[in-house]
Amino acid sequence: MTDLSPDPSPTREGANSAGLGERDEREMQVRAVAGGSGATWPIFEIFRQERPSQALQHAGNLTAPDQGMAELYAREFYGRRNESIRIWVVPRAAVSEIVDVDLLHPPAVDRSYRMVQGYTVRDKLDAARAHGGDDVPGSPGRKGRATEPHDAMEIPSDV
Amino acid sequence: MENQEQIAEFTAYVQGGGKVEAGDWMPDEYRLQVLRFVEMHANSELMGVLPEREWINRAPTLKRKLALTAKVQDEVGHAELLYRVAEDLGKSREAMLADLLAGKTKFHNVFHYPTYSWGDVAVIAWLVDAAAIQSQKALLDCSYAPYARTMQKICWEESFHIKHGYDCVVTLASGTDPQRTILQEALNRWWTPLVHFHGPPTDPAKDRDLYWRVKAKANGVLRNEFLNRYVPKILELGLTIPDPSLHFNSESGNWEYAAPDWSELKAVVTGHGPRSAERLTLRRLSYADTAWVRDVVLAGRMAA
Repeated sequence: MTDLSPDPSPTREGANSAGLGERDEREMQVRAVAGGSGATWPIFEIFRQERPSQALQHAGNLTAPDQGMAELYAREFYGRRNESIRIWVVPRAAVSEIVDVDLLHPPAVDRSYRMVQGYTVRDKLDAARAHGGDDVPGSPGRKGRATEPHDAMEIPSDV
Repeated sequence: MENQEQIAEFTAYVQGGGKVEAGDWMPDEYRLQVLRFVEMHANSELMGVLPEREWINRAPTLKRKLALTAKVQDEVGHAELLYRVAEDLGKSREAMLADLLAGKTKFHNVFHYPTYSWGDVAVIAWLVDAAAIQSQKALLDCSYAPYARTMQKICWEESFHIKHGYDCVVTLASGTDPQRTILQEALNRWWTPLVHFHGPPTDPAKDRDLYWRVKAKANGVLRNEFLNRYVPKILELGLTIPDPSLHFNSESGNWEYAAPDWSELKAVVTGHGPRSAERLTLRRLSYADTAWVRDVVLAGRMAA
């Protein structure tokens, strides 16, 4: 549903950390700063598997007083329409996160040597084939060229 | 004091389609804007079950009773999911419920009105939910990613609600004269709240929700989309829409409607609707009645 405040909140114009409108302070009573959570109960992250052999996917999270209640809620929130065949219930406190782009996507590091796309043999192959005969059984010949896969996790058909 | 450069960089990122995760840095204004939006949505889901709950015991068949119960469970579930999103933006659930019960925060206009017959239930289930999903689909692209992901699940469940509502409406529309009468009467009662639903037209340049890409479309655009999709479906059932000036403008491709009284919407959402006080009283009663459950659960946690 959309926000329905009939006045487009003139008090919010120019609102910033230094000068929030009076209404915001009354409504918000925010306890924690950005990045923190206002939750007073433990948070559990929920993962669900929809079909056999499918990867478990993050489904969402919930708060519960303990692991047992978290499992009960997880069943209700993520399984009541038979949409899951397996559910993982993980305390958020047990999750550690790595988001440092310098580690995950080092800006100046060429990692193509780890990838299928990093190896283009087309032209070299043509040169190499010049040394062989045209009548090798099963060879696609000089004209048969494998196409390079583009998606990061696509498995090329010719490997 | 926030760094102006950091804010400018964040703004450009969000306006360029960038997504923000719960733990990411964000300007206070953005956090409060998303929080306010999600909190109002959560309040609406929680308050929205009250008109429907009134009809569980009066549902005409066992199947309808089961469906209503399932919908109430879904909507309380949506409130749970949304309060969860809002909590991570920094406000505790206790504070949000306290503000709702104290009438400090808002919930959606349509949940401030009474229901008189099963016809109201059918019209709410079909058209209120249809208007809602129009807004909700526009939230799938929200810049705040945890909210957008939650909307994916909510929209999936809401589509069942709309289908069920349509089934109720078509059942009445294909029924006896008294059935068609209660359906038409309900439509007459709900038309204005439905036109109000997406909010008054706002200046897109001043709409902070659009600025931060909390929502993707302006109020008037959403309303046009809703009317364009549903007016023909209403008319084909032989129902009359209680707006004599309603007509299709083939140039704009939109249904044009009489401008409603926007002051009524303002009064309703600020707690002066026909059932605002009763619904909040019921919610307070329910909160007090279930206090012992929270106490027991929390006591168990303390002991563990």
